[in-house]
Amino acid sequence: MSKKKENNFEEMLSRLQEISDALESGDAGLDQSIKLYEEGIGLAKNCFAALKDAELKVTELKKQLENNSKE
Amino acid sequence: MKRKEESKENILSVSEITGFIKQTLEENFSDISVIGELSNFKAHVSGHWYFTLKDSGAQVSCTMWRGVNNYVFFTPQDGMKVIITGKITVYPPRGNYQIDVRSMKPAGVGELQAAFEKLKQKLAAEGLFDEQFKKPIPEFPSKIGIVTAKDGAAFQDMKSIAARRYPLVELVIASCKVQGEGAAEEIARNIRLLNKQNDIDLIIVGRGGGSLEDLWAFNEEIVARAIFESDIPVISAVGHEIDFTISDFAADLRAATPSAAMELATPDKAELSALLKEFSFSFNERMGRIISDYKTGIRKIISSYGFRSPQDLVNRKSQLLDNLIYRFQNNLEIKISDIKNRMKLLESKIEPHNVENVLKKGFTLISQDGKYITRKNKLADENSFEIKFYDGEVKIK
Repeated sequence: MSKKKENNFEEMLSRLQEISDALESGDAGLDQSIKLYEEGIGLAKNCFAALKDAELKVTELKKQLENNSKE
Repeated sequence: MKRKEESKENILSVSEITGFIKQTLEENFSDISVIGELSNFKAHVSGHWYFTLKDSGAQVSCTMWRGVNNYVFFTPQDGMKVIITGKITVYPPRGNYQIDVRSMKPAGVGELQAAFEKLKQKLAAEGLFDEQFKKPIPEFPSKIGIVTAKDGAAFQDMKSIAARRYPLVELVIASCKVQGEGAAEEIARNIRLLNKQNDIDLIIVGRGGGSLEDLWAFNEEIVARAIFESDIPVISAVGHEIDFTISDFAADLRAATPSAAMELATPDKAELSALLKEFSFSFNERMGRIISDYKTGIRKIISSYGFRSPQDLVNRKSQLLDNLIYRFQNNLEIKISDIKNRMKLLESKIEPHNVENVLKKGFTLISQDGKYITRKNKLADENSFEIKFYDGEVKIK
């Protein structure tokens, strides 16, 4: 679950860059630009919150191995 | 008989003499330290070590048993000068003696340096340090495997830096000894174990500062090879800034300290926050510009000829109307003043003929039944008429 969230951070950042480029190029129409803008602002907020709320997770390899072998 | 007996007593069996030798040697050399150069070093699969210690004039066989040799912090190499401690043992079946080695240490720091250089050259020649094999360090790792002692200061430092810089990351600690017996093997094994996990993005291998002996596990071939063979990028972080180890050369990236390694491994939360703010700002700025561009576009369209002409038409008609009204008002005034002028002219023409003037001169007017009589034949009744003077009228009856 958290793994997915973490992976998403990089994806979210690259999406932000895409949106930034699209808005910069001005190729998108007004409707599309507004949609991109809303998505971008929302995404930036989510990233910010993810960073702010995140707590470092520490696991031990040996415990993980035991868990894996149980499965 | 006696002589025979004596001679009998003097004749020893091989076992007897060997027994005496064994007893003599083992009693007198039960705790010796010897300095010499290693040669024919062999680590047997059983775990025992067999080697020869020599100098320019002599040599002696040595054994070092499994369990005991675990305490040697370095892997002995032929040519290395070492000091061993142990005891002489005699092996009767072969009739030879050897040193049963209890401990071994390099004869000096120079020996370790020499071993270090030798291994470094060997691995370099094999290409283990080649740039072409260096893997890039991921920018946003989600899981970092850490090979170090769980209770060491290095791990505490790395944890606090990860928490501060990039708490989104998960640290997977593969705890092991980082010095002394078996440390190199454990380090190498943990690197391989982490490689068997399928979700580790990066491995940090290291430990905090210490003496050359403390750090020696990271100068072992087995560690260098495990790092080189890792499919996951490896950052090596051993000791302090000044400490270089073989694992540093084999790793994809060398960090001066474990803390520095974690800094290299993680993006900075503060920088990311700034980046996100920048994104938000630029989105607002760009959206504002897009909207204002559209506004300008709309204004341009509105002011374009096509949109302007109806307005112009209205404006023209309005102007025409204004003109007409103006002209109309103008004409009326001209006409009125024209009429006024003509009236004045007529008045001036009429004035001389004003009857009052005639009366004033003394002439009179005769009227009958309200009409002025200007000719004799118009007079109907000679006895009833009115005479009008300048200063009044008189009725005649």
